[in-house]
Amino acid sequence: MIAAEVVEHAGNGGFARYAWIVALLPFVSTVLTLFFGRRTPGKGAVYGITAIGVGLVLSLLVLWNFVQDGPTVHDAVDWFSIGSLRMQVGQYVDGLTAVMLIVVTVVSLCVHVYSLGYMHGDERYTWFFVVLSLFTGAMANVVIAENLFQLLVGWEVMGICSYLLIGHWWEEHANSSAAIKAFLVTRTGDIPFTFGIFALVVATGATTSSIPAITEAAERGELSIVWATAAALLLFGGAIGKSAQFPLHVWLPDAMAGPTPVSALIHAATMVAAGVFMIGRMFQVFLHADPIVLTIVSVVAGITMLIAALLAMIQGDIKRVLAYSTVSQLAYMVAGLSLGEAGYTAGLFHLFTHAFFKALLFLGAGSVIHAVHTNEMTEMGGLRRPMPRTFWTFLIGSAALSGIPPLSGFWSKDEIISTAFHEHSYILWAVAAFTAILTAFYMTRAVLLTFFGEYRGHGHPHESPAVITGPLIVLAALSCVVGFLNATAFNIYEFSEWVHIGEGEHPPFNYGFAALSIVGAVLGIAAGYRVYSRYREPEPLRALGPLYVVLENKYYLDEIGWRGIVRPVRDQVSAATYWTNQHVLDAAVNATAWVTRKVAGVANLFDRRVIDGAVNAAAGTAGFTGGLLRYLQSGNVQRYAAFLFAGIVLLAIVFTRV
Amino acid sequence: MIRLALPLLFSAALFSVGVYGVLARRNAVLVLMSIELMLNAVNVNLVAFSQRIGEITGQVFALFVIAVAAAEVGIGLAIVILIYRNREMINIDEVNLLKW
Repeated sequence: MIAAEVVEHAGNGGFARYAWIVALLPFVSTVLTLFFGRRTPGKGAVYGITAIGVGLVLSLLVLWNFVQDGPTVHDAVDWFSIGSLRMQVGQYVDGLTAVMLIVVTVVSLCVHVYSLGYMHGDERYTWFFVVLSLFTGAMANVVIAENLFQLLVGWEVMGICSYLLIGHWWEEHANSSAAIKAFLVTRTGDIPFTFGIFALVVATGATTSSIPAITEAAERGELSIVWATAAALLLFGGAIGKSAQFPLHVWLPDAMAGPTPVSALIHAATMVAAGVFMIGRMFQVFLHADPIVLTIVSVVAGITMLIAALLAMIQGDIKRVLAYSTVSQLAYMVAGLSLGEAGYTAGLFHLFTHAFFKALLFLGAGSVIHAVHTNEMTEMGGLRRPMPRTFWTFLIGSAALSGIPPLSGFWSKDEIISTAFHEHSYILWAVAAFTAILTAFYMTRAVLLTFFGEYRGHGHPHESPAVITGPLIVLAALSCVVGFLNATAFNIYEFSEWVHIGEGEHPPFNYGFAALSIVGAVLGIAAGYRVYSRYREPEPLRALGPLYVVLENKYYLDEIGWRGIVRPVRDQVSAATYWTNQHVLDAAVNATAWVTRKVAGVANLFDRRVIDGAVNAAAGTAGFTGGLLRYLQSGNVQRYAAFLFAGIVLLAIVFTRV
Repeated sequence: MIRLALPLLFSAALFSVGVYGVLARRNAVLVLMSIELMLNAVNVNLVAFSQRIGEITGQVFALFVIAVAAAEVGIGLAIVILIYRNREMINIDEVNLLKW
């Protein structure tokens, strides 16, 4: 029966019509884990893993629809309406959605399985899986959202999950501070994002907030350029916060205070990519806004990728290296999108490949941290012998990130860099190419400090158990192959078929640029090898002098934020607000209360004397009359009969007269 | 053919006897019998008028009244028996619990 139904619907989207189930399942498992998790053998991780495993199978079926050139699916049901604005929830499933669902379910499943080992024995083990499942559901909801407000709901739930998971070990003050910082900084971006949504709704004449409706209106040029420009800038503000772009990137490195699986899922593969995804989703708005918007996007991306890569070079904490690397790679994606129609596929393809190899790197780092109980690379070294599986998978991830062919990172990054050149964005091209060299350098540094040389820490590190290395191997295999989905050198354009805008023209593969990319990567690796192959304290990069000091202080951005924003707000604005609150608002409130009390007193008197009086009088009268009349009911049947006859006689007399 | 006045006078007398019995008698059985008298006075009227206007409806109606009267006496006597069993008397003016 079901099979027949599916065949029947194959023409109108096939399994893509069931994409909403992928988003629903993690919510179900969240509730199950929350209520039954502690009583389940194994403390409840099984619900999340089952739900996301099923979700993964379904996501593959959804993607199958687009492999077969199936149509886009768009379903919605009414949620509520305000005036002319009809609010709906539903799904909008196109190639981009299908690809994102794959990313979310694959990485989430790997992270869930990995956490079985990594979080083993944690005192809030069940809670960890509750939030992990909730996060996965929220992200899937963002991906399938038909409606901007539906997207916003998922977006904010992700923010909350991020906050909860960064602060998972809140007993340490630094962790809860990092959680608060992450939440507040991303919220700073969410405010413009919310207003961007409002702007788009207003631009459509306050009739719809449906994503396909708005993008189609933008495509037809029905949105005025002023509104489109304002909306695009405001939406980009949201992406700056969520995807950690300059100047709001400061939260992501601190977010590494959370457990490593969280960093892999939320702060590398999915949530931080949501900002990029959102730009991709609303891309028509960006395209049809004033060109200055994409210029601003590209400037922000260029600054971010460079400064983050520079910071990644000097970090001692392995997770912070990866965090800054994530910021830098997200900037690559944003840069790709900033190139307009030509860079759309490239930017999102980098999102796709980056999710796998960066999750792999984080999980590999987690495996190392699990073994040596420290994040500091100065206390690692020589781990390739005790931890061969972790070492080889980490090496594959690093090579993919550095852009070594034929691994996935090479294809996507090369596409962005060559598109930048084709679109005559030479400055962006130069920055991206230079950042690629830095990327290869800092990853070489991380690999050498962690896995080569002599072991500098304490104890005897051992290879992690199979639940930890299993996901690593799966992700390493994926990092090797997913690049071939858009291997332009071999005329494979599968990914472009799924995710494109406009005609989706394929830029020709340019061997010159590819060679340049490879030379850049090799250059970075060689430099890294030269500096760090004989690593000895102190850090060799201190030779950079003042630049190193600036980098060590993260360009003083935290300092500027503290002195320029936090302290003035806390000391002056807060004090002024407090005074206003105490003397103006409270006075007004108290006056209102006093007046209300007086009025209520009068009303009370009126109520008791007049209204209650009337009611009591009515009741008293009825009681008194009844008291008199009741003596007529003597209980004597014959007297009743006498009354009856008397009545009949009376009636007879009356009617006879007439 | 007898004149109409005779049966009407007879029925009026019968009805009056019945009313007196219902209102004045204390014995419940006699009260029931008096009700029976009143019903039969009505029957006499029905039959008399039926004969007078030459239509059978009145006599059919009288038959219905007889049937209803039989049922009514059945229930009435059952109540009287129950009262007697409970209170060892059938004095109707002492059965006055259902008041005020």
